[in-house]
Amino acid sequence: MANKIIQVNGLKKDFHVGEITVHALKGIDLEIEEGEFVAIMGTSGSGKSTMLNILGCLDKPTGGIYQLDGISMGDMNKNALAGLRNEKLGFVFQSYNLLPRTTALENVEMPLYYNGRVRAKERRERAEAALEAVGLADRMHHMPNQMSGGQQQRVAIARSLVNDPRVILADEATGNLDTRTSYEIMSLFQDLNDQGKTIIFVTHESDIARFMKRNVVFKDGRIVKEEWVKDRFNAKQLLAELPVDQDVI
Amino acid sequence: MNYTNTLKIAINALRRNKFRAFLTMLGIIIGVASVIAMLAIGQGSKKSIQDEMSSMGTNMIFIMPGADMRGGVRQSASDMQSLELSDVDAIRERCPAVTAVSPQVSSSSQAVVGNNNWPTSVYGVDNEYLDIRKYSVETGRNFSDREVKTYAKVCLVGQTIVENLFPNGENPIGQSVRVGTIPLKIIGVLAEKGENGMGQDQDDLILAPYTTVQKRMLAITHIQSIFASAASEELNDQAIEQITETLRRTHKLKATDDDDFNVRSQAEMVQMFSSISDMMTMLLGAIAGISLLVGGIGIMNIMYVSVTERTKEIGLRLSVGGRGNDIMMQFLVESILLSVTGGLVGILLGLGASSAVSAFMNWPTVIVPMSVVFAFLVCTVIGVFFGWYPARKAASLNPIDALRYE
Repeated sequence: MANKIIQVNGLKKDFHVGEITVHALKGIDLEIEEGEFVAIMGTSGSGKSTMLNILGCLDKPTGGIYQLDGISMGDMNKNALAGLRNEKLGFVFQSYNLLPRTTALENVEMPLYYNGRVRAKERRERAEAALEAVGLADRMHHMPNQMSGGQQQRVAIARSLVNDPRVILADEATGNLDTRTSYEIMSLFQDLNDQGKTIIFVTHESDIARFMKRNVVFKDGRIVKEEWVKDRFNAKQLLAELPVDQDVI
Repeated sequence: MNYTNTLKIAINALRRNKFRAFLTMLGIIIGVASVIAMLAIGQGSKKSIQDEMSSMGTNMIFIMPGADMRGGVRQSASDMQSLELSDVDAIRERCPAVTAVSPQVSSSSQAVVGNNNWPTSVYGVDNEYLDIRKYSVETGRNFSDREVKTYAKVCLVGQTIVENLFPNGENPIGQSVRVGTIPLKIIGVLAEKGENGMGQDQDDLILAPYTTVQKRMLAITHIQSIFASAASEELNDQAIEQITETLRRTHKLKATDDDDFNVRSQAEMVQMFSSISDMMTMLLGAIAGISLLVGGIGIMNIMYVSVTERTKEIGLRLSVGGRGNDIMMQFLVESILLSVTGGLVGILLGLGASSAVSAFMNWPTVIVPMSVVFAFLVCTVIGVFFGWYPARKAASLNPIDALRYE
């Protein structure tokens, strides 16, 4: 049996808005094993973003247990959480979040600056390797504004890969992209998953979720459906089937 | 995270906004440069005043009538007649710390030679006066004791007088100059001395025997002031003490009476002018300091705007594992870099401006090493002080909110 990378039991999260308490998560149980590719789905307000924040160690739960790679984050302070994010997690955002006027290479290097053990030379090499892995070997010294949305998202994916994380968390990573580019990005994610990367992908689009292996659907702070994807989309195949005129972006 | 990385992150962040970084630095640059230049100018003028006054002789002592109350009315010094020739003789005899002494009476009149005339001052003095005031005779000779005793109608003239009364370059020696109604024969020309610390032309004068001015021109028997030389600068205080004692005795003052004269040394004057120019320097420095403060506030403003503008970047940095402390250090280092770089450029500019001022405007400037060190320290402090609050704000951001910030 594969390693349990993420183990969540009875996870609760309450928000206090003035006098009212909002129960964003009402007891979540979830296990994700190494090498999984999970879609967290749900409408807005379903609690999926809150879940992602907690999974990403950006927020702490009000109750319940969350173990990441065997480490319980319940009693960790802010700095320890930051260290955990730096070593175990990679983030990909909807709006890429690249530093403006900074080359792709420097953008990808950025997380390694917060790891004191990585020296300048190794930082450069790992960033170059990550960019090569996402197919941007020839764009290393381009600025974000010189790249297309898809390319920018690849840089962001390279950035999430550079610290060799245990889990990649993607938040609507295809939300700003057109169909073709979305498929390209999904193809990249599928490749990474095939290489063994655990990926958690938050989306509200059910057709994007069909690229993953497992779908978890949130509603009103609870998991309402959990299923293995039967007819899984293959991004490369879909790309090949796209009409040619869609090439023009 | 190590410091090299923090520094690199901060430098990269500043590089992304070169022009803005430059504009922010400009406040500090101008502030620092003006502090250094102002202090250099202030100290320069202080030094030049000191030098010039010293060139007039720091062992010079002058005695003026004064501090006398007549029926409760304080008299103006020139109206007073409390100094007599006997005082001069008494000082000469009873004050061993005094090496030279001369009375002085003066009159302002029009000097006339042929078609040329010039308003000037005639000083009636003894022949020791030249030594006391550090004048020297360029051509001709000083007047003799005999000429003093006989009210001789002779005089020495300064360069300004020569230029104005003998515009065609004639030799003034032996010529006659009419001062008021009295014709005086020029027996010597004084070497040029230039302006003194207060901008007075020290060459615009005629020196005549005091007897001549007293009897022939002013018709008075008292003298207006006494000039003396202490044996050395160190003996100034002793000389002043002896003179005061002597004059109190000759003036028959009781122990309870105030002095009816004032004894001042050139050294005291130097000190007085130094303290005035110190005050001016402080004032200039303070004004420049205010501009430095404004520059610092400019840094704070930009850093504050920068934190808001880069909220998403901060969120990203937090999400990839940057700790609050790392973020805080990044912004603090950015602001210190701005202020310290600005400070260094400002120091160079200030030094350049000081030498430009002395080169092109002929103002004396003296670079004060302390002002350079001080300006640099102030810049660093400004960087920390004005960077602190924005950096704290950046560090305290919640990563989720920061990432969502639009």
